[in-house]
Amino acid sequence: MNWQAVASIYRFEMARFFRTLAQSFISPVISTALYFVVFGAAIGSRIDQVEGVSYGAFIVPGLIMLSVMTQALSNASFGIYFPKFIGTIFELLSAPVNFLEIVLGYVGAAATKAMFIGVVILVTSALFVDIHIAHPVAMILFMLLTCISFSLFGFIIGIWARNFEQLQLIPLLVVTPLVFLGGAFYSISMLPPVWQVITKFNPVVYLISGFRWSFFGVADVPIATSLLAIGGFTALCLGAIWWIFKTGWRIRQ
Amino acid sequence: MAMVEIRDVRKVYEGGFEALKGVSLDIEEGEILALLGPNGAGKTTLISAICGITLPTDGTIVVGGNDVIDNYREARNLIGLVPQEINLEPFEKVINTVRFSRGLFGKPRNDAFIEQVLRKLSLWEKRDAKVMELSGGMKRRVLIAKALSHEPRVLFLDEPTAGVDVELRRDMWETVEELKRDGVTIILTTHYIEEAEAIADRIGVINSGEILLVEGKEALMAQMGQKELRVELTDPLDAIPDSLSQFDLTLDDDGRTLVYTFDAKADRTGIGRLMAALPDAGLKVCDVNTVQSSLEDIFVGLVHGQGEDAA
Repeated sequence: MNWQAVASIYRFEMARFFRTLAQSFISPVISTALYFVVFGAAIGSRIDQVEGVSYGAFIVPGLIMLSVMTQALSNASFGIYFPKFIGTIFELLSAPVNFLEIVLGYVGAAATKAMFIGVVILVTSALFVDIHIAHPVAMILFMLLTCISFSLFGFIIGIWARNFEQLQLIPLLVVTPLVFLGGAFYSISMLPPVWQVITKFNPVVYLISGFRWSFFGVADVPIATSLLAIGGFTALCLGAIWWIFKTGWRIRQ
Repeated sequence: MAMVEIRDVRKVYEGGFEALKGVSLDIEEGEILALLGPNGAGKTTLISAICGITLPTDGTIVVGGNDVIDNYREARNLIGLVPQEINLEPFEKVINTVRFSRGLFGKPRNDAFIEQVLRKLSLWEKRDAKVMELSGGMKRRVLIAKALSHEPRVLFLDEPTAGVDVELRRDMWETVEELKRDGVTIILTTHYIEEAEAIADRIGVINSGEILLVEGKEALMAQMGQKELRVELTDPLDAIPDSLSQFDLTLDDDGRTLVYTFDAKADRTGIGRLMAALPDAGLKVCDVNTVQSSLEDIFVGLVHGQGEDAA
């Protein structure tokens, strides 16, 4: 393993993050505050409790997941797309590194950034509502796995994208709807029976459900199913990336 | 054993375009090889295949005894690449982007060495500047610094002086000479013939994905070059005297110079007979010199000739 290379890519990517630290920090804080004003105060005041949890607290895991997923996606996809766009990818391709080292560097940095945002939102949320975390270790594990798997997914999007429009396409048209419909702001049990079934095909449901379980001990789907889903998604992304580097798809042509 | 061994390398792009048509080439350790060819000849594709940026369709490439695909780590550790396009992260500081390159090649941080490289390329003063703040020439030097940051034994310079002013070009050539003294093997592509002429040991001519010839620079020019004997006359001529019609002569410089074109490799150059014939024709000579025809003439001849063969 070329650990020097992994560390170099990681540091270089994190430097980009630190250059815009204020932006990276302020925007999630503001958007979280906005969500609390809209969902917590305005709408939430008319909703009693969901699964025995006050609505304001109930949406915290969903909010964190929403940001963590979109941040991981956009950071990782931009991280690898930008070198392609400005041409610095040549250096990566001509360096003595394998796909695992490249992925560790880029995905590691993107996941770190997403994790950071997740923690910022958690802390911001604590200013608005009382938060009690039932299973802290599981909470960290779920957040970490989500950061990693969505960064992997973002990395694939970044390699696939041929322009900035395509870069935005999947996060905007696929992931955001899936997250919103994945129970970020409601419990699946609140849906009509037909939609409860349809929703089960949304992979994000399993992530949000598992994450919410780590907070409140209640879940829409069994926790093992959640873990299996996120593990499977991670494995799928890893397999795809391995294939991309093996064939040189969209990078070594 | 050659430092770089290229055997029957073909590259066919997705659309069916054959950029390399079975290229074979040996590059010796410590030499400067100039790959000369027009735009689209396959120079960059060949370099990309050696450096791992593109996968060759066929053939093998071995660098320092390491196959560039099977033993890519060992092979790439030996290689530094300065690309044709100025591809740099615009928002990063000069020194950080050079450090990044060193790390990427698995070398531990070595600030003393990085300083040495930056000083050699007159970039030390600009080490904390963002790349986007630099002039075009300086950006190109940053690319060279990045390529040298991991102490490569083989350096590829893809059109290093395209769009670079004369002074910087001379600086670049000096840097290349210095690297050669350190034993670095250097391959540069160019379509500036004067560049190949100025710094290369050997010259390869590539066109339409084929190597047309590879030859020592001196040998190439001696073998294929025509020479001109320029005879300056005291009194200008209106026309070449009939008594000299047997020689291949032209008038230049308003009749003040007789130009005799000859093959320097021939058994009989005809110079002796010409010089003897001049006084007989009543001509007074005030100066004589010979001029070697440039690589440019050779190059144009070769590429043009290939076009005619194909037609």
